[in-house]
Amino acid sequence: MRIVVAKPGLDGHDRGAKVVARTLRDAGHEVIYTGLRRTAQQIVETVRDEDARFLGLSSLSGAHNHLFPKVCELLVKEGLDDVIVFGGGIIPFEDRDILFSCGMKAIFGPGTPTAEILDFIVEACEISDAGVGQNGEWHWESTA
Amino acid sequence: MRGESLDLQLVSDAVKGNRRAIARVLSSLENRSVTLAQIKTEFSSIFAESNTDSWSSIAVTGAPGVGKSCLIDKILIDWSSKGIKTALLAIDPSSPRTGGALLGDRVRITAIDNEEYKDLIYIRSIATRKSSGSAPLIVSDMVEFLSAIGWDRVIIETVGSGQSEVRCAAITDRIVVVEGPARGDGVQAEKAGLLELADAVIVNKSDISGASQHASEIRESFELGLGQTPPIILTSAISGEGIDVASSVLLELEDTGRSKRAKWRERLLAEYERKILESDKLEEILENLAIGSMSIEDALKVLGDD
Repeated sequence: MRIVVAKPGLDGHDRGAKVVARTLRDAGHEVIYTGLRRTAQQIVETVRDEDARFLGLSSLSGAHNHLFPKVCELLVKEGLDDVIVFGGGIIPFEDRDILFSCGMKAIFGPGTPTAEILDFIVEACEISDAGVGQNGEWHWESTA
Repeated sequence: MRGESLDLQLVSDAVKGNRRAIARVLSSLENRSVTLAQIKTEFSSIFAESNTDSWSSIAVTGAPGVGKSCLIDKILIDWSSKGIKTALLAIDPSSPRTGGALLGDRVRITAIDNEEYKDLIYIRSIATRKSSGSAPLIVSDMVEFLSAIGWDRVIIETVGSGQSEVRCAAITDRIVVVEGPARGDGVQAEKAGLLELADAVIVNKSDISGASQHASEIRESFELGLGQTPPIILTSAISGEGIDVASSVLLELEDTGRSKRAKWRERLLAEYERKILESDKLEEILENLAIGSMSIEDALKVLGDD
């Protein structure tokens, strides 16, 4: 599976993103890491050019309610509505429903076992309408 | 079954320049769900137009850490400012254990962040998957497709490679070897291998001492041998020194002709390797070899019968 792992916005902390990228790599996926401080537009263009099936967004800056929906919106605008989007970082539980309503399918907080992310990938692949613009009901219930 | 699902609409969208369609076609070539031959049958006109004298692909190869990515970034900026459409196929290794890969070459490419240039640049990260060597053979199909749909130049950034990694010769029109300072004494430059196939040599990191001496050693080594000496250029991706020279030399690089036979040798080996890797019997043969119930001679016989 081709998966883009991205760091949107002004946020220099990428240990989490690297741990996730490494986990996905070790599970046999091809992970494209964007590097730090990408704009929503740059992330969407990377997903498009790399033909990625999944996009993982990481944010520890508190700007997730602004940045994540923006990326989702642009993905749909570019016709990439079948890309499956998940996120992680410091994201309070009370913010998550808004992100799910934008089409994100999982939010993983600190302490999530890495195996859970892999389980999410497997399950999301089996769901026909898990893409960001496909208005599917399903999302992953994370443990942290 | 390989090559059954050619999506004509998708290919024609790619021909028109739709970036998502281009990305998807490259994926189907990479996954071997579609073959280039199929595309050529259906879209013969775009392939017919390409001039056989012209060339499009250039491999940028060299040891890990000599600055291939940063140098390519500077060249992309220069070529884009001249209106040249360039695709970059950036190759990184797949894990031999899990098949996974971390593709991180994009991180260093800043040229595509420029609003004016981003439509002139296409970057695709590629994992080596099962193939050995610094660039998988399938890249040559990707290059041919990209050239046919209007990309002027395709740069292939190989996996960081050592002295004898010449597989990239099988898939590209031109080879540029990137070197750095302090890469050994004069004897290193005399050794046989990758350098012999270079159509140009770039000695990067000229801001660090030892670079110009290394460039001289490489030049002397070429001059001792037969044939024409390729351009040897000193650059610094940090200070920008020599970048303008390197960009224009690489844009109009002549084939030194030194590598024609070697290229076909590599191509043949690469095709043979692909035949083995795609054999239905491979897993069974490996299993039998591992438990000792088959000899390597028998394995070669079985594979040869395919």
